[in-house]
Amino acid sequence: MDPSRKRTIRFVVALSAAVLLAGALALTSFSASTEARQPSELVDAAPTPGTKYQLVGKVVAGYKTTGDTTHFRVRDRDGSVSVPVTYAGRLPDPFRADREIVIDVVKQGDVYVGQVGTLITKCPSKFTAEKTST
Amino acid sequence: MLAAGHACLIVAFAAAIYGIAASLYGAKARRREFVASGRRAVYAMAGATAVAFVLLEVAFVRSDFEYAVVASHSSTTTPLFYRLTAMWSSQEGSLLLWLFSLGLWSSLILFLTRHKLRALAPYATAVLLGFAAFFSGVMLFAESPFTRADRIVAEGAGLNPLLRDPGMMIHPPMLYSGYTLFAVPFAFAIAALITRRLDAEWIRSTRPFTLAAWCALGFGIVLGARWSYHELDWGGYWMWDPVENASLMPWLTATAFLHSVMIQERRGMLRTWNVSLVLGTGVLAILGTFLVRSGVLNSIHAFGASTLGVPFLILLGVMIAGSIYLVASRQEALKSEHRLDSLLSREAIFLLNNFVLVALCFVVFWGTFFPLIAEAFTGRQRNIGPPVYERFIVPLALILVLLAAVGPVIAWRRATAANLKRNLGGPALFGVLVLVVLLASGVSGSVTALIMFTLAGFVVGTVFQEFWRGTRARRAVAKEAVPVALVQLVKRNRRRYGGYLVHVGIIVLFVGVAASSSFKDVRDVALEPGQSANVGGREFTYVKPTSELVAAPNGRLERIVFGADLRVDGVAMHTSKDYFPSQDPTLGPVSRFFEGEATTEVALNASLGKDTWAAVAPDIAKLRPQIEEGDKVFGNAADDLTSDQANEFLAVALQGLTDAYAQDPPPARFRFEVNPLVTWIWIGSLIAVLGGILAGWPARRGMTKIASAKYAARVGKDVRVETETESVPA
Repeated sequence: MDPSRKRTIRFVVALSAAVLLAGALALTSFSASTEARQPSELVDAAPTPGTKYQLVGKVVAGYKTTGDTTHFRVRDRDGSVSVPVTYAGRLPDPFRADREIVIDVVKQGDVYVGQVGTLITKCPSKFTAEKTST
Repeated sequence: MLAAGHACLIVAFAAAIYGIAASLYGAKARRREFVASGRRAVYAMAGATAVAFVLLEVAFVRSDFEYAVVASHSSTTTPLFYRLTAMWSSQEGSLLLWLFSLGLWSSLILFLTRHKLRALAPYATAVLLGFAAFFSGVMLFAESPFTRADRIVAEGAGLNPLLRDPGMMIHPPMLYSGYTLFAVPFAFAIAALITRRLDAEWIRSTRPFTLAAWCALGFGIVLGARWSYHELDWGGYWMWDPVENASLMPWLTATAFLHSVMIQERRGMLRTWNVSLVLGTGVLAILGTFLVRSGVLNSIHAFGASTLGVPFLILLGVMIAGSIYLVASRQEALKSEHRLDSLLSREAIFLLNNFVLVALCFVVFWGTFFPLIAEAFTGRQRNIGPPVYERFIVPLALILVLLAAVGPVIAWRRATAANLKRNLGGPALFGVLVLVVLLASGVSGSVTALIMFTLAGFVVGTVFQEFWRGTRARRAVAKEAVPVALVQLVKRNRRRYGGYLVHVGIIVLFVGVAASSSFKDVRDVALEPGQSANVGGREFTYVKPTSELVAAPNGRLERIVFGADLRVDGVAMHTSKDYFPSQDPTLGPVSRFFEGEATTEVALNASLGKDTWAAVAPDIAKLRPQIEEGDKVFGNAADDLTSDQANEFLAVALQGLTDAYAQDPPPARFRFEVNPLVTWIWIGSLIAVLGGILAGWPARRGMTKIASAKYAARVGKDVRVETETESVPA
C-alpha cells in the first residue's frame, strides 16, 4: 500500500477513536450527571419529587440533630432564600453554620432529603471570600 | 518587618521586569552582557523572594499578629511545626511559596545551562521571569502576605485543625515544586520554538528538570492521597475532586512526554507532538494553580472564591494563544525526520501509550470542568461523580498496563513474530500463572481487578526478564558475580533500568488501587461499650469511651477530645474527635468548644495485607443541657471573676463534662473499613519515585560508546554502554 495512504488511514482511525471516546464521554456525563442548584433556583423551579438535584449553599444557624438525623436549612451563597433539608447520616467534621456545603437532595413533601454520603462541606480556611453573617 | 517583606516583593517584581527586558534585548541585539544580566536578574528575584519567605516564616514562628495573614491563620497555641506550615495554608503565603519554588528552580537551571543553549537561554529566562513577574505582581497588587492587620489581636484565629497533619509540611511544597519545575521545560520549549532550534539538545538539557518535576508532582499527589486516606470525610485516598484532578492532569501529560521524547531522540519523530505535550503540561500546571484559588468549581479542597480568577485566566489565555501560534508557525522546523514504519514497533506502542495517557488526561479534564461545560450548553451546572470517571479511567488504565508490558521489549521500527514470541512469551505466561494462582486461592468478584493483576504479572515478568538478560549478558562479558553485574548494568544504563523500576512501582501502585477499590469492606454502625461488629472478616469491639482536656504548650486549654478504645481481632486501636473552641465572642465559654472546628483522628492499623480503619462520631447531644447550664453560670458570674479564676473554673466545668461523657456514654457511631493492599499504593509510589531519580541521575563524565556490531550481538542490540577509560572486550 502507498505509505501516504497508510498514514491517512492510520490518522483517520486514530481520529475516529478519539471522536468515539469524546462522544461516549459526553453522552455518559450528561445522562449520569446531577443538576446543581442554589436554594432560590430550586424554589423557583418547583422541582419534581423524586428527582435528584445537587444543592449548593450555606448552612443557616440553628440546625438540630435528633439521633442520626440532622435538620438544617440551606440558603443561597449571597442571599437569604433557604430550603429545609434533612440528612440521616454522619455530619462531616467541618459542618457548621455559615459554611458552604454541597449535597444531593430529593424533594419529599416540603422537605429536601439529603442522600447519605453526598454531603460535602467546603474547608473554610485559606482563600475565603469576605465573611457574611447569617 | 512588614515593610521589609513588602520591599522584597517590589525588588522581586522589579528584577523580573528588568530581567525580561534585558534578556530579550540581549538576544535581539546579540549583546551577551545583557543576556548575562538577565540571568542575574533571576538570581536577584530568587534572592529577594527567599528573604521575603524567611521574613514571613519568622513572623509565623513569633506569632507576630501585626501581619494580617499570621493573625488569621495561626495562634500562640499552634505548635511550632504547624506554625511553620500555616504560611502556605493562606492564599498569600501559598503564592509566596510558589514564587520561592520558581525562583529556586529557575536559578538552578539557568546556572547549570549558563555555558549551554546560548541561543535559547535568553528567551527561556524571559519566560521564567514572566511567571515570576505575574506571581510577584499578584502579591503586590492583590494578595500581599505583608498586609498589616486592621487591629493587632492578642490571639490569632489558629490553623484549621484539618490542616494539622504532618502531610502539611511536605505535600504543598512537593506539589508546588512539581508545578514550578514544569515551568522550566515550558520556558525552554517556547525558547526553542522562537529560535527555531528544535533539535533534541534543549530536551536533553531540560530532561533532568522534567523528570524531577514528574517525581516531585507525583510524590506530592501520593502524599495528598495518603493524607486524604486517613482524614475522615475526604473520600478515601482519591475521590476525583477537582483539586485532586488538577494535579493529576499535568502529571499524565508529562508521563506521555517522558515516553515519546525517546522516539524523538532515537528516530527524530513526533517533534510537534512532543513540544505540544511540554507546552500543554506547563499550561495544565498553571491551570491547577488557578483551580485551587478561583472558586469556579465545588471542591472539598478548594477553599472558596478569591479575586485571582481573572488574572489567572489572562495568564492562561496568553500561554495557550502563544503556544498555539508558535507551534503552528514553526511546522517546517518541526517536521519529523522519519515516519512510522510499522504498527508492530516500539514507536507505535509508545505512540499508543501517549494516546492513552492523553485520553486519560482528557477524561479527567472533561470530568473536572463538566459543571462549566454543562452550564455553557444547558444554562445549568451539572456534576458527575466517581462512577462516571471510573467507567472510562479503568479500561484506559488496563490498556496502559498492557502497553507497559509490551513497549520496553518490542523492537524498534518493525517487530517480527519471532521477536514478539521471544520477548513476550515468558512474561505473558507469568501473567497467566498469576491469574491461575489467584483464582485457585479464591480471589473473585471483580473481573477488572483480576485483569489488572494478570497484566501486572505480565509487566513484572517483562521487567524481570530484562534485568535477567542484561545481567546475564554482562556476566558473559565481564565475568562478574551476579550482584556486581546487576549493579554495573544499572549504573551504566540508568535511564533504561530506572525506567523499568518506575514501571514496577506504578504497577504495584495500580495493584493496590485495584485491590482496595474492588475488595473494600465498609460499615457504619452504632455501638455501645462492649458491643462488636464484624466487617470484612474482622471483629471490631468498642471497649470503652475516652475523654480528656488537652492543653497547648503555653498552658492554655486547647481542645476537648472524646474518643473510643477499640479492639480489633485482639489488636488495640484508638480513634477520637477533637473539639477546638470557636473564636466567636457571642458564644458561651462552654458551648464555644462544641461550636468551633472539629476533626476526627482516624484509627489506622496498616499492614502489607489489609488495613483496618476506624473513625468515631461521639454523640454529645446528651451533654447539651450541661453545656447550656455551664454557659448560663459563667454568663451570670462573668463580672465577679478575674480572668485567671474564669479559666480555672472553666477547666473544672469542662473536666466535669468530659468525666460525664466517659462515665455514662451514649452509643457512638463508627465507620469501620477493611481495605486490602492499600500499603502497596505507598510502596509502589516510593519505588516509582526512586526509579525516576535513578533514571534522571547524571552519568559520570566519560566516553559514550555505541556498542559495536559484534559486541551488540552478545549484549543485545538495544543496549548502549557508557565506557570510561577502558573499553569492554569485544
